[in-house]
Amino acid sequence: MTTMVRGVTRVLGRKRALSLDRVTLVLFMAVPLIIYAIWVWGPALATIAISFTRWDNVSDPQWIGLKNYTRLFQDPLFKQSLINNFIWLVVFITIPTTAGLALAITLDRRLKFTRLYQSAIYLPMVLSLPVIGLMFTWFFKPDDGLVNSLLGLISHGKIAPGWLADPHLALVAVMTAACWRHVGYVMVLYLAGLKGIDPAMREAAVVDGANEWQLFRRVTLPLLKPVTIIVLVITIIESLRAFDLVYVMTNGLEGPNHATELLATMMFNAAIHNYQLGYGAAVAVILLLISLAFIITYVWQVMRQEEEL
Amino acid sequence: MADIMLAHPAEQSAAATHRKPRPRRIRTALLHVILATIAIAWLIPLVSALYTSLRTFADGTENGPWSFPPHSLTLENFVTAWTAGGFSGYFVNTFLVVIPAVVLMLLLSSMTAYVLSRHRFRGSKLLLMVFIAGLLLPFQILLIPVYRLSNFLNIYDSLGALIGIHVAFELGFCTFVLHNFMRTIPKDLTDAAAVDGASVFRIWWQIILPLCRPALAALATLEFTWKWNDYLWVITLIQSTDNATVTLGLSGLRGEFVTNWNLITAAALLAAIPTVIIYLVLQRQFLGGLFVGSNR
Repeated sequence: MTTMVRGVTRVLGRKRALSLDRVTLVLFMAVPLIIYAIWVWGPALATIAISFTRWDNVSDPQWIGLKNYTRLFQDPLFKQSLINNFIWLVVFITIPTTAGLALAITLDRRLKFTRLYQSAIYLPMVLSLPVIGLMFTWFFKPDDGLVNSLLGLISHGKIAPGWLADPHLALVAVMTAACWRHVGYVMVLYLAGLKGIDPAMREAAVVDGANEWQLFRRVTLPLLKPVTIIVLVITIIESLRAFDLVYVMTNGLEGPNHATELLATMMFNAAIHNYQLGYGAAVAVILLLISLAFIITYVWQVMRQEEEL
Repeated sequence: MADIMLAHPAEQSAAATHRKPRPRRIRTALLHVILATIAIAWLIPLVSALYTSLRTFADGTENGPWSFPPHSLTLENFVTAWTAGGFSGYFVNTFLVVIPAVVLMLLLSSMTAYVLSRHRFRGSKLLLMVFIAGLLLPFQILLIPVYRLSNFLNIYDSLGALIGIHVAFELGFCTFVLHNFMRTIPKDLTDAAAVDGASVFRIWWQIILPLCRPALAALATLEFTWKWNDYLWVITLIQSTDNATVTLGLSGLRGEFVTNWNLITAAALLAAIPTVIIYLVLQRQFLGGLFVGSNR
């Protein structure tokens, strides 16, 4: 009798433990998911809804259908932002990625000081964008910045561009800072990728008489393809997100004549400065639509690797 | 990285047999010259900012900002930024945001990652995708609702508003990284503990979390840097100087001391000190974190 009772309580105890485990599991999954839904997916969907309204942040939002979008496509500022974002993207996807890849290939070998070189090139990545923005503003200062001081020395004071004050050069100055930072990021991602390549593959190619270029072109680069996809997606997303540098370097004034205006700064100014929440939301939705293709590529790539493992 | 470096066949055979020592040595020397030039060029913005910050305002105006040797060398600008510039307060605020945010995001994401990596159920894959897809969303799409949400929750212009969005947004990345890491932990280990009667909570807290220490350390350093450097959310959610973080304080200083670049560069360098120290001290963990993040 007593053994039976003990047996029953044991089973009951086990059952209770099991359901407690179940509760733990559900909570472990639900709590983060709810937080994620409230602060990330919920707002993302809400922005889409807001983009169909007129809203000044004080009175209730008014449903106006597609009017924000029709206004957007007639706004010269929007066109300017799109063009600037496109320039940013093209420069970002060519210069820092090539430089970062070249540096990664060069530094990924037995070489003295390789860690030191890597550290120097990666260092900008740990600085905040306002810090970088201010440093480069000082760097490109028209009267006595380092760049113009050096240019003046070479040209005896004949060449002194206004950089951030010049509508044609403002974007160049901002992008210099952005590229300076991004090269290290790409380099580190590729270094990680190179670490994952089986050395035997490259050895075999060398035994077969491949020279260094052939080795790179035919063996290393194809093997780096998954990393390249990640690098490209990150680079594209970063250029679409670009905001801080422009905001700091052109002092929130979007540069001379909106020369450095980007979708992100245009959105921020519309929504936060001018209280046109609906209009700002429409810009954000356009930004999302452009990003979406790359987000899908990324998730697809990641999930595919997931399956391989 | 060492294994790859050692296994560079072309170099190794050449070094071993000393077949062509001279051209190789010249090539290596040339490589070092190029790499050193690039590395030094990379540091110019930082070094020139440091040079400016160590000189007095008067020295710059009288002798030109790039005159060398400097007529003055002083830490005065750093002291001014720290005291009159209000950086001591900004530092405290930033720590009060970043440390709770990083701890919370790691705890929460380790829970999700634990469930998703140990238990396959219907929709588990979809849930993982929900987290991964969110990690690349442009922040702008969240801006207006999160701004309104903070008003609604009565946390606008408080450090809590920043902690909320930081924790939530980074759940995607942290869950992704920790999920990848946890899958490398053998299932037998947790199964054995479960047979011995350990609860799900105990397995997570006493087995999984300690084993994840390298991944957690890498994530912590990376996230500390990212959150320390945040600017967009601070200018969106914080208004008063009392609640400003380092990045906001820095851009505010620009408006206050428009022409005193000696002070502004000093403040900028001051703002960068914590992340630079973390990077230099924990470099291995830091880069390790990015390696995990890049899916390997």
